Amino acid sequence: MAQETTHAEAHQPPIKLFLIVWGWLFVLSTCSYLVDYFGFEGYPRWSLILLFMFAKAGLIVAVFMHMAWERLALVYAILVPPGAVLVFVAIMIFESDYTHAARLMFFGAGS
Amino acid sequence: MTKTALTNMGESIARPTGWAGFSADWTSDQRAFKSASWGKVMIWIFLLSDTFIFSCFLISYMTVRMSTTAPWPNPSEVFALTIGGQEIPLILIAIMTFILISSSGTMAMAVNYGYRRDRVKTTALILATAAFGASFVGMQAFEWTKLITEGVRPWGNPWGAPQFGSSFFLITGFHGTHVTIGVIFLLIIARKVWRGDFDHERRGFFTSRKGSYENVETMGLYWHFVDLVWVFIFALFYLW
Repeated sequence: MAQETTHAEAHQPPIKLFLIVWGWLFVLSTCSYLVDYFGFEGYPRWSLILLFMFAKAGLIVAVFMHMAWERLALVYAILVPPGAVLVFVAIMIFESDYTHAARLMFFGAGS
Repeated sequence: MTKTALTNMGESIARPTGWAGFSADWTSDQRAFKSASWGKVMIWIFLLSDTFIFSCFLISYMTVRMSTTAPWPNPSEVFALTIGGQEIPLILIAIMTFILISSSGTMAMAVNYGYRRDRVKTTALILATAAFGASFVGMQAFEWTKLITEGVRPWGNPWGAPQFGSSFFLITGFHGTHVTIGVIFLLIIARKVWRGDFDHERRGFFTSRKGSYENVETMGLYWHFVDLVWVFIFALFYLW
């Protein structure tokens, strides 16, 4: 217990780091809002949204959630499994394309 | 009832880092997570499971949006507010985003001051986090009220694909529930910090375990996760 506490106390990053990350999160959120405000469409819109989204998520997980200071054993145990979600996304993109095509074919557009 | 001890003999040996450390930790005896306490590992595993739940919601939203033949309502217009006679797109959602990010910032600093054993600053920062969270829920209630009066229902809406309403209420509702539960727990933790529970290792009323400032970090991990989920909802539901 005592050892653990001193360990945690000894490794506290300076407050300044959190303020910098906070500032960056504001900047990135403003950027993603401006994507909508200026009306980007199509692939530029989607890629910018995803870029800002992953940048924000990365900052939150790495600094606010202290992942940058954890050992790799924990980092990989938590960050690798969500990769399975991407497989699920791919399956459902395929599936919804098929549903969409079937709806157009049998019900016509607009229903 | 002591904590899983971090005091075994191996603790004094310098541990390898990087890939060698990863492989050594996972193939070692007793425990794979050498530097994280059981409490931290458990909250991370809980958050991982919550990640899968929110992923399923967002994937089902993607599926219904991609497969509907009706036009999807434009979120930029649906969530616009008229301020001073001018219609500003998505403005309420943008404000909610900044509020939740700010609450994450105060929470991160609360954890930091907790480990520095600064009771007053930790309590104040946790209370600020709770206030931000409560205002977020308030704005969400306002948004729901606005959409419901405009005729949005889980089974239909005036602008297009009926799946818009069901996705909206499910995803934001589940996230709002997380924020609400978070605010309640923030207030409980703030009281514990203020009373000095974590300085005197007072036992918890429910778990009977000794309190420590790590509880503030565990609370922080949950709260940052709620913010993290909002980042994805904001990008994929409101902006897409």
